[in-house]
Amino acid sequence: MSMTEDSMRELMERPPFYKTLTLRDWLWAVVVVAASIFAHVKYASLMDAYEVGILYMSAVTLVVIGWRWRAIQVLSLVVGALSIGAILLYGNDLQRSESNFFLKYLISSQSAIMWMSALYVLATATYFIGLLRGSEFINKVASAMVWSGTAMGFIGLMVRWRESYLIHFDVGHIPVSNLYEVFILFAVLTSLIYLHYERRYKTRSLGGFVMLVISASVAFLLWYTFSREAHVIEPLVPALKSYWMKIHVPANFIGYGAFALAAMVGVAYLFLERARRKNPDGFFASRMPELAMLDDVMYKSIALGFAFFTIATVLGAMWAAEAWGGYWSWDPKETWALIVWLNYAAWLHLRLTKGWRGVPLAWWAIVGLFVTLFAFLGVNMFLSGLHSYGEL
Amino acid sequence: MNATQNKRVAQRSMGRILLEFLGSMNLAITLLVALSIASVIGTVLQQNQAYTGYLSEFGPFWFEVFEHLGLYDIYGTAWFWAILAFLLVSTSVCVYRNAPGMLRDMRQYRLNVQEKSLRNFHNVREWRFEGSADDTLKQIQPILKLEGYKARLKDHGDHLVLAAKKGAFNRMGYLLTHVSIVVICIGAALDANIGLKFQLATGQKVIETRDIMATEVPDQSFLDTDNSAFRGSVYISEGGTSRIAFIGVKEGYLVQRLPFLIELKEFRTEHYPSGQPKSFESDLVIHDPEREEPLETTIAVNHPLVYKGYAIYQADFRDGGSELDLRAWGLFDGGSSEVEGKVNQSYNLSTPLGDYVLEVEDFRLFNIDQAPEGHPSGKERLNYGPSFSYKLRDAQGQANEYNTFMQPMIFDGRNFFLTGVRTEVGGPMRFLHFPADDKLSLDRFMNFREAMTDEARVRRIVTTQMMNMARSVGVDEETQAKAANSIITAVQRFVRGGYDAVSEGLSADDPELEQRVQAMLNVLVAVFRAIYVDVLEQEGIDTSQGISDAQIQFFDDSLNAMSAIHRYGSPVFLQLQDFKHIEASGLQIARAPWTNLVYLGCLMLIIGVFFMFYIHHKRVWVWMSEQDGQTRVLFAGSGDRDLPAFKADFDALAGRMEKLLKPIK
Ligand code: HEM
Repeated sequence: MSMTEDSMRELMERPPFYKTLTLRDWLWAVVVVAASIFAHVKYASLMDAYEVGILYMSAVTLVVIGWRWRAIQVLSLVVGALSIGAILLYGNDLQRSESNFFLKYLISSQSAIMWMSALYVLATATYFIGLLRGSEFINKVASAMVWSGTAMGFIGLMVRWRESYLIHFDVGHIPVSNLYEVFILFAVLTSLIYLHYERRYKTRSLGGFVMLVISASVAFLLWYTFSREAHVIEPLVPALKSYWMKIHVPANFIGYGAFALAAMVGVAYLFLERARRKNPDGFFASRMPELAMLDDVMYKSIALGFAFFTIATVLGAMWAAEAWGGYWSWDPKETWALIVWLNYAAWLHLRLTKGWRGVPLAWWAIVGLFVTLFAFLGVNMFLSGLHSYGEL
Repeated sequence: MNATQNKRVAQRSMGRILLEFLGSMNLAITLLVALSIASVIGTVLQQNQAYTGYLSEFGPFWFEVFEHLGLYDIYGTAWFWAILAFLLVSTSVCVYRNAPGMLRDMRQYRLNVQEKSLRNFHNVREWRFEGSADDTLKQIQPILKLEGYKARLKDHGDHLVLAAKKGAFNRMGYLLTHVSIVVICIGAALDANIGLKFQLATGQKVIETRDIMATEVPDQSFLDTDNSAFRGSVYISEGGTSRIAFIGVKEGYLVQRLPFLIELKEFRTEHYPSGQPKSFESDLVIHDPEREEPLETTIAVNHPLVYKGYAIYQADFRDGGSELDLRAWGLFDGGSSEVEGKVNQSYNLSTPLGDYVLEVEDFRLFNIDQAPEGHPSGKERLNYGPSFSYKLRDAQGQANEYNTFMQPMIFDGRNFFLTGVRTEVGGPMRFLHFPADDKLSLDRFMNFREAMTDEARVRRIVTTQMMNMARSVGVDEETQAKAANSIITAVQRFVRGGYDAVSEGLSADDPELEQRVQAMLNVLVAVFRAIYVDVLEQEGIDTSQGISDAQIQFFDDSLNAMSAIHRYGSPVFLQLQDFKHIEASGLQIARAPWTNLVYLGCLMLIIGVFFMFYIHHKRVWVWMSEQDGQTRVLFAGSGDRDLPAFKADFDALAGRMEKLLKPIK
């Protein structure tokens, strides 16, 4: 064997993770940490110890996610810069959303959310055109739209947060407190999860399917805005004034988003499976990736959703213990969370221990979406209980 | 084999079969689904409502069927708990059966693999290298180590096996999640107080269903302070105390004694600028014989007090017996009197129209609601101020419900006092609008009303008017008196029954009925106006120059109100003049000593789930044998769960080895 020590070391050594970080990554970490410290110092009087904890945990999480997925750095900086821009433009006067050009047409929360809605719907169509034409370029345009829509959605949420404080100091709260706000959260989180899989599996062919469910939520959001004036910022009812809300709700929506994504991949799976059987040379069958890969995305997404839904349910129980005097009351929302959870537990068992794959699990994932949807919306619409937000 | 041995074998296999059944995946999935379905029923059918409601909803047959199934309190039924218990047993058995194997699997390296079985792996490579097996080993080992594999070597004589693995904690994930289910179920069952359910089932404790004072509840419905787990609630009025809590069970309740006395000093509601509630807080004092000083503290929604394992939550509030100063205006006899009323109390009220019982039901300090379109304040929501509600029950026991606002409200730019009546349960509330005078009081309207009911006064006014008229027209006195009488009767009819009643005295088959009614109404309005002017003059207002538009408007509004009074169904109008607001705070008191065990279970569950999903268990084997200065190497691997990802890993690993070791082609 003739090998120099150096080349051997080079081949064998995988540098520790921190050594793979570039200057840019470190700068990123510095920016995020500095921003958190700034936020902490500036708003210290508004936060209790738990909230400071949540702030720094989020900062660390964001740094790490940014290291692993550099596009998140860009997204965060764009969202941060534009949100701060909007806040500066507002000053202390909420009325500027009508008089200032940028606020009125671009980055007041209401405008940003309209942009998000438009971009998501356009992205859905663009992905399908891309699939039809087999054009990677068109697909890339669609991805760019999803990224921009997501940025706009986050800006909308950030600016809304500020706007609530501008209405009145007492009214201010994080925008995850009613159906309107969580629908935005749902749309942006589901999009991010999708973008993650798009990168990880190097395929944009699922975009149209996944964006379809996001477009549906956008449609609901618009209906809700225009017919119910749902976008009006209302103060928090006492039951929601809790730091638990800040973590319970986002964790829940990572879960819901991942389950929705899995269901849409399930839909794609069923179409593709049929196409491969009936018409293997058709454009659809030939342009979509392997069925096994779809199956894998479906599993990964449900696993992700299950993990976060577990966390969310546990957090919910802890919140209930603090607010209602018991960690479990068989309240309809709680009970439906359990049903959703048991449903996916059964799904995971079938796949992992019984070795089920493919069509039946795809159907099950789709049914799962309806169960999830009921837990998310139906309970508020049809059942009464202790959960005090989100009446339609 | 003798008989006893036979029997033992049979028994063992019976046990085995049972164990296998209990720990089987199919049972587990069936239970998961069964639990889901039961839960769906429990949410779709509202639980623990009044039985009469179910009866009217389902009819007598299904009501009884559902009752037998326990569908009105699913989460309290034996069969629901049986499913949970089965799940518990099933999960335990599953862990019991899988844990040893998994633990072994975590530790073992499987050094005895056969060459043949390795060849059957999905991921496998075969190479030949120059040099001895030891040389090869020296180079392969660090690569695996760098990738985080732990390896063991075994010399089988004719070949070497290097077995390596990583991510064994995935197995830990299985153990943690499944043990956590058991832990959570046990904790929750202990906190759900199974012991009490047993006492209820055996009749040692009896559910109280009567709506009686706590002091009258028999001892068999009391629970002592040694009860380790419960959730109860109690309302305490400001200034009041309690040392008990009520536990709702099925269609009744039990009374739980507390080892301390809770005193409520004050209950507060804060509001946002827009009027919605912002916070609910109670200032509590805990008097505990074991303390030297009572404990003073404030609780709020989301901020409970935990004292000696008892958690006290702000759950609700309601009126705690507010004291109301009322003025009872006679609507048919004039005059008024002072009445004092307390919320939740009853009073006898005698009126010229008979005796009534006044049941004061509630008082509300704020009534925040949508402002009417174009309200001068320009606000979207308005606080309409205090209101109180009561029932008025007549001698036959019939009752109407009333809701009356204290302050006047603006409609079309004019102020009115509103009072609503509901004559049938669940029906709509219909409102009377009494116009408020310049001083925003009811006085002028009530004076007007009084004048209308005062026969002597009406007669005087009518007669004066008649005389004026008669002088110009020249009618004799007798006709005058007749006309005056019929007008006075019509006024009395109007007072009793509004405009509808005016036409009552006229014969229905009169062909000119309509004209007569119209004529009568014209005359009446003139009389009403004269009465009104008389009332204004009595107030000291100079009407010699005629009356203003506003006063005319007030007159019209008054007549509208009076015309509807007969539908109000009450001989008096109760005006709220002053009040002392006393609230009661609704506290939830719970003892759940096993909460931390449940939380521990939850933590295990979360960690376990992440271990299972995100730590991948991987194994690779390097099988080596030396031949003629060369080493033959078989490299194979298996990973569970994430097969595509493992394949990529394996390929990368194999690629690195090839690059480093340069196999012979
Ligand atoms: C409420 C009850 C249960 C829940 C929530 C639950 C949850 C889970 C979850 C989330 C997984 C993860 C899938 C994975 O490995 O990634 C799993 C795996 C598994 N479960 Fe359960 N489980 C429950 C009850 C049971 C029962 C009763 C059994 C016994 C039959 C069982 C047997 C298994 C087995 C054998 C695995 C695969 C473990 C492995 O190969 O790693 N589970 N379970």
